[in-house]
This record gives sequence, C-alpha cells and structure tokens, in this order.
Amino acid sequence: MAKSNSKKKLTSAGVHEPGRRDFFVVATYAMAGLGAASVAWPLIDQMNPAADTLALANIEVDISKIVEGQSITVKWRGKPVFIRHRTADEITRANATEINNLRDPESDQDRAEKPQLLVLVGVCTHLGCVPLGQKSGEVRGEYDGWFCPCHGSHYDTSGRIRKGPAPTNLAVPPYSYLSDSVIRIG
Amino acid sequence: MSAHEFKSPVVRWIDHRLPVFSMLHHTAHEYPTPKNLNYMWNFGSLAGLSLAIMIVTGIVLAMSYTAHVDYAFLSVERIMRDVNHGWLIRYIHMNTASFFFIVIYLHMFRGLYYGSYKAPRELLWILGVVIFLLMMATAFMGYVLPWGQMSFWGATVITNLFSAIPLVGDSIVTLLWGGFSVDNATLNRFFSLHYLMPFLIAGVVVLHIVALHRFGSNNPIGIDSTGPQDTISFHPYYTIKDVFGIAVFLLLLAVVVFFFPNAMGHPDNYIPANPLQTPAHIVPEWYFLPFYAILRAVPDKLGGVLLMFGAIAVLFILPWLDKSPVRSARFRPVFRIFFWLFLVNAIALGYLGGKPAEGVYVILSRIATAWYFVHFLIILPLLSVFETTKPLPKSIAEPVLTGFSSAPEKAFAAPRRL
Ligand code: HEM
Ligand code: FES
Repeated sequence: MAKSNSKKKLTSAGVHEPGRRDFFVVATYAMAGLGAASVAWPLIDQMNPAADTLALANIEVDISKIVEGQSITVKWRGKPVFIRHRTADEITRANATEINNLRDPESDQDRAEKPQLLVLVGVCTHLGCVPLGQKSGEVRGEYDGWFCPCHGSHYDTSGRIRKGPAPTNLAVPPYSYLSDSVIRIG
Repeated sequence: MSAHEFKSPVVRWIDHRLPVFSMLHHTAHEYPTPKNLNYMWNFGSLAGLSLAIMIVTGIVLAMSYTAHVDYAFLSVERIMRDVNHGWLIRYIHMNTASFFFIVIYLHMFRGLYYGSYKAPRELLWILGVVIFLLMMATAFMGYVLPWGQMSFWGATVITNLFSAIPLVGDSIVTLLWGGFSVDNATLNRFFSLHYLMPFLIAGVVVLHIVALHRFGSNNPIGIDSTGPQDTISFHPYYTIKDVFGIAVFLLLLAVVVFFFPNAMGHPDNYIPANPLQTPAHIVPEWYFLPFYAILRAVPDKLGGVLLMFGAIAVLFILPWLDKSPVRSARFRPVFRIFFWLFLVNAIALGYLGGKPAEGVYVILSRIATAWYFVHFLIILPLLSVFETTKPLPKSIAEPVLTGFSSAPEKAFAAPRRL
C-alpha cells in the first residue's frame, strides 16, 4: 500500500475513513436498486387479475325453484357456489352445535341471512377441491353437510369445518336478496 | 487448459479465435475420470439426454398446441389424432418426463449411497437439488397444459399450497392465478413458464458440470484420485459406456412409448377440465407421490405444506448433516443399513401418496414421514459421530489391481463377503 491511487483517507491507525467516493458508490447502488425494483413491479403485478376479470364480479340466481332438501351449484368467478335449501332438521342441528368447540367458531345465524337458504363458496378451504354433498346420493361426511374427498375434510350442515385438514369454514360469499325469489351474489 | 493440437486446419483456425473445441475436448475427451465407475454413473448423461428429448419434442408440440381454456384439450386431442406423428411426439414428451424423473431419482440415490454430496462437492449437490426443484415445477406446469380433469385439479391443489402462508398467502395465490380461480390466465402463464424453465434447467446443468469438473467425479469407493494411475480419459472409455447406457434407456423408453404409453398417466386426464366437479380421487403424477404423502400426513394445512417443502429443504443442507469423513457406503456398515431403510421408506411414501387419505394409510404415512426426517436430522448426524467405518483403500488403483480389499494383510485372513 505504498503508492495507492485510492482516494480513501487513512486514519493514523491505518483504517479507511468513509470518503466522498464511498458515498457515491453506495448512492449509485441504491439508485440502481430502486430503478430495478420499480421496473420489476409492473412485470410482477401484470400477473394479478386484469380489469376485465375483476369486472365479472356478480351474478343473479333464481332461488324459487329450489325445493326443501335440494341443493344447486352455480358458477361465480370461476368457482362453484353451493345454494342449499335446508330442511328444518338441518337447521336445528346447525344451531344446536356448541360454537366454542369449533375450529373456526361461527354461529349459524351469522352464516345464513335466512335460515332456510345457505349460500357457500363450494371450495374446500384446505387446498381448493369441490366438496361432495350437493347431489343426492353423494357422501356428505360425518356431519351430514359436505365432505371433501381430496384429503378428507368434513363440513357440517352450516358448512363449518368439523374434521380434517381444512383450516376454516366454507366461505359465505357476499350476497343479497333482490326479492324473495332472487339473490345476487358478488 | 493446455491447447490441444487439432488435426483439421479449419478447427485449428477457429479454435485459436474461439476456443470452443478445446473446451469440448477438455470436458468430454481428455477429462480424467476415476477408472472404477460403475453403472450408477450412467444416469448423469441419461438425464442430459432426457432434457434434450424434452426440449426437442416440447418445441415441436408447441407448434400445434393452443393455450386457451376452450381449445387446449381439443388441441392436444388434435395432436393425438390429426397432426402428422403428433401421437408419437406427445407420447415421447409424456413418457420421457417420467423417465427423466426415474433417471434423476436414481442419480440422486447414487449420490446418497456413495456420499457424493460431501466436501468438496457440496455446491455440485446443491445445484443438483436446484435442478430437481426446477424439474418439478416444469413437469407440474406441463401437466396442466392438456387441461384435463387432473390438470385442472392438480393446478388448483398445488397453487393452493401457497394459501397456507400466513397473511400474504391468499394474495400470492391470486397473483399465481391471475383471477379468482385456476382459469385462462393461469393456463397462459403456465405455458409461458413451461417453455422457459427447461432452458433455465439447461443453464443450471452447465453450472453443475463446471462444479463437477472442478474436482472430478466421485467413485464407488469414495476416495480422491491420487494420480494418473487412478484415472482414465473420459473418451473413449466412458463415452462408450454412456452410449451403451443410452441404448438401453432408449430401448426401454421405446417399449413404453409404443406399448404402454398411458401406463404412467391417469385416465381422468382424458376428461376435459370441469371447474365444478373434482374427481373422486385426485392424485398427482407418480413422481410427486412421496411428497404428496408427506403433505397429507399432517392434519394441519400449514404444517403439511411446511413439511412437504421441508422434505426438499433438508436435501440442501445434507452436506452439513452427514459429517462422516468417509464418503462411500461401502465402508460405512451402519449407514448402509439406514440407506436401504431410507430407500424402502421413500418407496413406501410413494405408494401411500397414491392411496386415499383415510384409515391405516394416514397412520402409515405419518410413520413414513417421521422416518424421512429422522433419517436426515437424527440418524445421519449421529452416525457421523458414532459409526466405526471400515479401513479405506490407499488409492483407487489398489482395489482395482488387487481385488476388492481395503487392507491387503487382512484380506487373506478373512475374505470379505460382498
Ligand atoms: C424439463 C423439461 C420438460 C418437462 C419435464 C416437461 C413435462 C411435461 C409434461 C409432464 C407434460 C404433460 C404431458 C401430458 O400429460 O400430456 C408436458 C406437456 C407439454 N409440454 Fe413439456 N416438459 C418439458 C419441456 C418442454 C419444452 C422445452 C417445451 C417447449 C415449448 C414443452 C412443451 C409442452 C407442450 C406444448 C405440452 C402440452 C401438450 C401435451 O400435453 O402433450 N415442454 N410437458
Ligand atoms: S382440498 Fe379438501 S381436504 Fe384437501
């Protein structure tokens, strides 16, 4: 280090003092990093749902033809939505459940605006399979609601998770009654 | 790299300006290789060949494939029925994917048995695990392209794995999908990435080879070469051996392509994707089954996902879990037993991953999953400390010249049974 062309100053102990050059180097890296990040963002964000995908947000469903005990499946945002006209027995059982023992505690009143009609996103909250139990004759699991065959999740008559790997209840999509016979989902 | 005198003046002229011929000569001709390599060392070249076949058939398939939810399934059926030789090209692509994984698994177990991941080859091993990860991603996205029932539900389940991540999980899944479910946007990006990733793999393969040539191949007795008496040039000795391996590989591949093209596939993938109906029993491709079994063994979503990724993560740190200075299992009597147990356990996991997640299968999956991690995290570190290894030969040449023996004076007293 006899003849160094570095502009860095040396203290008496021989340690480099940060100088003007070091500041420029750090500032240059920081600017380059910021620049790279701001260009990367559009490249990543383009993967998020496009405007037209977001626009396909709601559907209207005629519920007057669903008789007691029957379920229908409609498609909303590319996913199945389960609509079940529950029997009195199913409603009673949904209400009789001790909420505090549930994995995802929620009362049945909070999940169904009118107790007869249960509206659920038919997507297992584990890894996204469509649970069985909509068609007559399909297995409905140990709690008589829905059963996901993929990894064995059991949902009750309120669509709440009771057994298996799924972490949360079947989701209730946003919906509203336009009249007694039509609901809008989304 | 000493410049080689090539015969052809044209080659000499080019090589002087662009030394590609010297590079090739150095890596695939004069490259000194241990003289005792067995057939387990054939799978590297077979993996390279598989990648080449995948890229060639894939590019050709892409000429007739349509990445759109309304046409993808039909375009693949058109490839099968109408495109000239389309059935052949697709069956080669489909089945070579499976063969690729067979080859890679054998290649990896070779490394596990002979301790090829140990110093100074840690990075070589890690690059291999990176290739394995990229292959899994590529194969997963490729399987989505025909847009059958298994394509769709495989894509749904695997992308949903990311929803287990706390806080940002759902946003990540939406980002992956480009919508509210697996849909057209998903299919398009998967096609784009499926096309890209094999070339990334090819890039990592180059690094893998560079790392390999730094210290040369490991060998069945796992000791370093001590000099020229321990090695032979790669060409012609190992080129011819690799060519023989390739011939056997292609023969087996041809048998499957022509006589059992769908044996390793799932019939449900010939049913067009239906977003409203999950097949009664969904399974991933066979090569993912051990990891799928680990995922399902845990009754908790995040836990299952973490363990599944953890099963691959332990491979990255393996060089630091097994600190035994002896590489080859030949000289590690206890390790050898655990190696075979591990292999049986891995096959058991694969079997269980294909069974429904209920009853005794769940319990067995849990035991096998536990064993997988116990092997890496407990057995290997303990063996590094407590195992008494057998004496090593002095050089590679020694057992080659004197028969399989590490200690000549004892060899007469007690001949070792192999
Ligand atoms: C690491 C290399 C590769 C692997 C492991 C791989 C794997 C796969 C798999 C498993 C399938 C599904 C086959 C089926 O069930 O139909 C597939 C399909 C496909 N792959 Fe690849 N692939 C690779 C390279 C490529 C490349 C480089 C291209 C070039 C574009 C490509 C283009 C395609 C196309 C167009 C399809 C859809 C047609 C079909 O399903 O047969 N692949 N790939
Ligand atoms: S997706 Fe329903 S249990 Fe796994």
